[in-house]
Amino acid sequence: MTCRALVLRTAGTNCDLETAHALELAGAVAERVHVRALLDGGRRLDEFQILVLPGGFAYGDDLGAGTVLANQLRTRLRDALERFVADGRQVIGICNGFQVLVRLGVLPGAPGGIGEKEVSLVENESGRFEDRWVRLRAETSKCDLLERGEILEMPVAHAEGRLVVRDAELLEQLRENDQIALRYVDSDNDAGGGADPGYPANPNGSVDAIAGLTSPCGNVLGLMPHPERNLRALHHPEWTRRRVAGTTRDDWRLGDGYRIF
Amino acid sequence: MALWTLEVASRDALGAPAGSGRDPRGRAVEAEIRSLGWRDPPGVVVTALYFVRDPSGAVPRERIEEAARVLFSDPVTQTCAISVARDGGQGDGAQEDVAGSGGERGAALRETASHRATVLKRAGVMDPVEASAIRGLADLEIEGVEVRTAERFYFFGRELGADEREMLAAKVLSNPVIEEVCWDDEPVAPPFAVGGGSGAGRRDVRLAGLDDAALLEVSRQGQLSLNLEEMRAIESHFAGLGRDPTEAELETLAQTWSEHCCHKTFTGLIEHRRVEPGGAEKVERVDNLLRETIRRATDEVAAPWCLSVFHDNAGVIALDDELGISFKVETHNHPSAIEPYGGAGTGIGGVIRDTLGTGLGARPIVNTDVFCFGPPDLPWDRLPPGALHPLRVLRGVVSGVRDYGNRMGIPTASGALYFDERYVGNPLVFCGSVGVIPRDAIEKEVRPGDRIYVLGGRTGRDGIHGATFSSVELTEESEVVSSGAVQIGNAITEKKVLDVLLQARDRRLFRAVTDCGAGGFSSAVGEMGSDCGARVQLDRAPLKYQGLSATEIWISEAQERMVLAVPPGNADELEALARAEDVECVFIGEFTDTGRLALFHGEEQVGDLSMEFLHEGRPRTPIASVYRVPAVEPARYPAGVGPGAALHALLAAPNIASKEWVIRQYDHEVQGQSVLKPLQGPGRDGPGDAVAFTPRVDSDRAIVIACGMNPCYGDLDPYRMALSAVDEAVRNIVAAGGDPGRVALLDNFAWGNTRRPEILGGLVEAARGCRDAAIGLGAPFISGKDSLNNEFQAGGEAINIPPSLLISSISVIDDAHGLVSMDLKAAGNALILVGETLEELGGSHYFRHCGGRGGQAPGVDLPRARRLFARVFGAIRGGLIASAHDPSEGGLAVAVAEMAFAGRVGAELACADVPGARAIDRDDAVLFSESNSRLLLEVRPEHVDPVLEGFTDLPAAVVGRTIEERRLRVRGRDGSVVIDEDLDDLRRSWKRLSEWLVQ
Repeated sequence: MTCRALVLRTAGTNCDLETAHALELAGAVAERVHVRALLDGGRRLDEFQILVLPGGFAYGDDLGAGTVLANQLRTRLRDALERFVADGRQVIGICNGFQVLVRLGVLPGAPGGIGEKEVSLVENESGRFEDRWVRLRAETSKCDLLERGEILEMPVAHAEGRLVVRDAELLEQLRENDQIALRYVDSDNDAGGGADPGYPANPNGSVDAIAGLTSPCGNVLGLMPHPERNLRALHHPEWTRRRVAGTTRDDWRLGDGYRIF
Repeated sequence: MALWTLEVASRDALGAPAGSGRDPRGRAVEAEIRSLGWRDPPGVVVTALYFVRDPSGAVPRERIEEAARVLFSDPVTQTCAISVARDGGQGDGAQEDVAGSGGERGAALRETASHRATVLKRAGVMDPVEASAIRGLADLEIEGVEVRTAERFYFFGRELGADEREMLAAKVLSNPVIEEVCWDDEPVAPPFAVGGGSGAGRRDVRLAGLDDAALLEVSRQGQLSLNLEEMRAIESHFAGLGRDPTEAELETLAQTWSEHCCHKTFTGLIEHRRVEPGGAEKVERVDNLLRETIRRATDEVAAPWCLSVFHDNAGVIALDDELGISFKVETHNHPSAIEPYGGAGTGIGGVIRDTLGTGLGARPIVNTDVFCFGPPDLPWDRLPPGALHPLRVLRGVVSGVRDYGNRMGIPTASGALYFDERYVGNPLVFCGSVGVIPRDAIEKEVRPGDRIYVLGGRTGRDGIHGATFSSVELTEESEVVSSGAVQIGNAITEKKVLDVLLQARDRRLFRAVTDCGAGGFSSAVGEMGSDCGARVQLDRAPLKYQGLSATEIWISEAQERMVLAVPPGNADELEALARAEDVECVFIGEFTDTGRLALFHGEEQVGDLSMEFLHEGRPRTPIASVYRVPAVEPARYPAGVGPGAALHALLAAPNIASKEWVIRQYDHEVQGQSVLKPLQGPGRDGPGDAVAFTPRVDSDRAIVIACGMNPCYGDLDPYRMALSAVDEAVRNIVAAGGDPGRVALLDNFAWGNTRRPEILGGLVEAARGCRDAAIGLGAPFISGKDSLNNEFQAGGEAINIPPSLLISSISVIDDAHGLVSMDLKAAGNALILVGETLEELGGSHYFRHCGGRGGQAPGVDLPRARRLFARVFGAIRGGLIASAHDPSEGGLAVAVAEMAFAGRVGAELACADVPGARAIDRDDAVLFSESNSRLLLEVRPEHVDPVLEGFTDLPAAVVGRTIEERRLRVRGRDGSVVIDEDLDDLRRSWKRLSEWLVQ
């Protein structure tokens, strides 16, 4: 059966093309759909097995990253979305999409689907938008898209990516539930378990160096870094070095980011 | 009526810094206050204010509280205090905090602060957040309200004097052009109503019978920037018709005839007098400098891959058989001088619309930016009245480009930064846009009967007179009189326009498109209808607010609007498409076959201009130009600075230092096509010579983008400056593995006041340099733009910018795998320098920063440079080159240092082996000369001979090697060590400026 993926776009979405391309490489049939088509009822979420909220600046990120789109989805599509999550279908939120999922309460989420808003992605510790490559370690065994312990490199590019949580109790709960999907690590900590590597390896100051979260059932993944920007060797900032060292092999699907799709 | 005030403050959450009074915004403001040099700066907390005006007064408090919780604030990290004033009253006094616990926060701020300042946008200055808030409220079924935003600053620690408050307001908290500040208990009245005005239609402007002085006064009073000959031509044209012009007609002529729109200097008649040092002179008449230089070069090169040059909004070259690549670079200098954030944002927004308006619309895939500012550490007492501090201009401009480009989802990846004190009052902001377009969508036409549609944003009073404003000098008064010229951008509106336009293009719903830039509708419609005619119903244009006069609608430069020529049969489909994407698309008139530009407002005709007079009627009066060839002063070398210390000084010099602070704020990888980044090497901090992108996913074809600029040479020799800029733009491409046989160029001349003959003289010389270099290197120009009259008048003194020529370059290569980066790859490799080093230190950074004088600016041996670039390209394509870098500012020493610290690999270099060194009797001249057409290559031992075999008839030699030790060691001509520096120390010097700017 072909797997159908909806790449949701609205005013200010801007990573939809490359995200759809990544999904197509992975064998899905990806369709970029404007939120208006869902709100008007012209298209329905349940036509799809995968929902992807790609990066960008939905409605300019005015009133806080992801706020206006999250408000729109909550007020007008909540039931359909809750069913989609509860059915165990796959939801991926990348960067701005992650911000929307958090603002909605889909992440960290509740066992039945959408929970309270309990974590936030706020302005980077540096106070600035930053584009830089980061090293990630998959920390969860809950999410099918990740393999615990794998190391992934890809860029972040955001101004509001510092994950903060309501309180220490919630953080502990996220750990216990195995909902911390990805952490920022530096190159001496590929084995995991190390301390927060600090800036710039942790590019935004996220608590516990958290780069991504998954839902209690593992079918929702949200992450700040951009896997769709590392799909092949040529996307990596050091490919020219690897070529000289004779260690590069370039083809689509060979970038770390592809493994997420 | 109810006016709700919501004040949002941050509070502690786990992971937020302790005591979240230290919100990042507050910290940033504190840093800015410190940069004023205050010894005892106050602590600062910043809150966001939202005013929600409910004309009905019927929205209940619970609904506003809900909006506060889900929309205006984040319950995890913020609190929101709500108060309400009904029917113009003072408020209910009950300020309650909602949205989570910690409700005492707002009250605590008010009670403990020594002062508070509320910063409001002035009437008519739109904040895009307001439209988003209204949308969010509508989703919550709160309809019919208006929203205004503001910021509030709380100060702690001590009382501030009135003079201190005034300084804070003007220098840190606000820009008086667009904002006002209310201190402490001063009443805060958010300006909702921005309409007003008569909404007038026709107004005639009396010209008949006026003498010269009176005609000029009409031009001055109306900010028309028309000169006497032009005013006389207009007067006599209308005298022939037996009537006076209407205001709309006169404005149309002023916009269309402005320097900004028609480049009357570059295409005019110039009497050029060239005076040799001995006094001999030659006078020539130049009829259309643009045609004689830039276009002539393109004609002579006659590259078959040039698909569209000079006539559209951008030049277009071929990527492959199906796609073309468009490129355009614009300046937005005067608006950025007055309001850096808004000016730069609309600058990048405007050039992106040039891409959208090329052919039937190109998809923007890369932005470029080059800025020229005053020194960021300029002492406050050297700041002329009326000028903003360079650091503020720098921060504002970078933020403006960042927020617009990032929101549009276009990588901003290529650029440069230059500093000179003459840019203090008149900074330069160059913004470029590269697009990709199907080759069958490059041509456009307008047919009589096509409907005129405006797609995108609404029309308001923003940006009135931008075209004429950019064509005059800035004065210390400019920030007061020209505030109407400041435009406010909304990147999301433009992104929506992009989304609709490209779908409409692919369905061929329109036949032609252009952007509304300078001059607004008057330029866009006037230009599209120039061959046929147009009839416009001005009152059909959607307005931001009521009360605009017909003329205001016609010349408004409100952003994010495109004008389309739509066959009537496609109109419904286009409108439906726009509706599905939430974009306004409105029918405002039609193209005709009358040869006239007819303007209506309701029933009333407010303009009826002959297209022929509009486009051909401008008188061409000869302009005086003089160039006095300067005698070359003998070089006087710096004394008492060793090469090692000089190298550190050069690496730290603002023009050479790392630009990482700027680059990382731009998303340079969005769209997933970036294959050569601006920051290179294992530390991702090396300064790449060029960037590269693969525009299609089904092909490894790549575009390579770079630039060249050297204002430092312009004072000595504008002709050589132009040669140098072109050579640098091409060699940067070559250094990255780009094909020098496939380089297209763009010229951007930013000059001082060219009404001064000696300043125009330099422009003529530089344009000739461009011509010779482009022909010599076989690189055609495909597009260009000039920005003249960059003069700042303060205190009776006119400060002209240095002659500033930006050459942007773009190349296509078949296979991205042939690219190479500049970071050294491994120890044990050879360093080969190709190209000859001459004693050319005039205008060099070494002289500038270490105290030298005189000397000759670098020249270019064009035939040799062309061969050399081709051979380097061959060697790179053959896989023989591990890294390559271009010696430019700071010369060979800076180039090798950058390669070494970028690669974390040491290097040794011997001056004696440098080609050309034997003719030079100084080590510092060898190391710091900025001779053109040179490239430094890292080559594995087994490739040294094959590489050198390619250069038997050209200067090339092994000049050093890469080493394990992380040091840079240079031996002088006599073999003694003259530089021996640790790479980390060198990198630290190079990064000092960037790290200072981060604070």
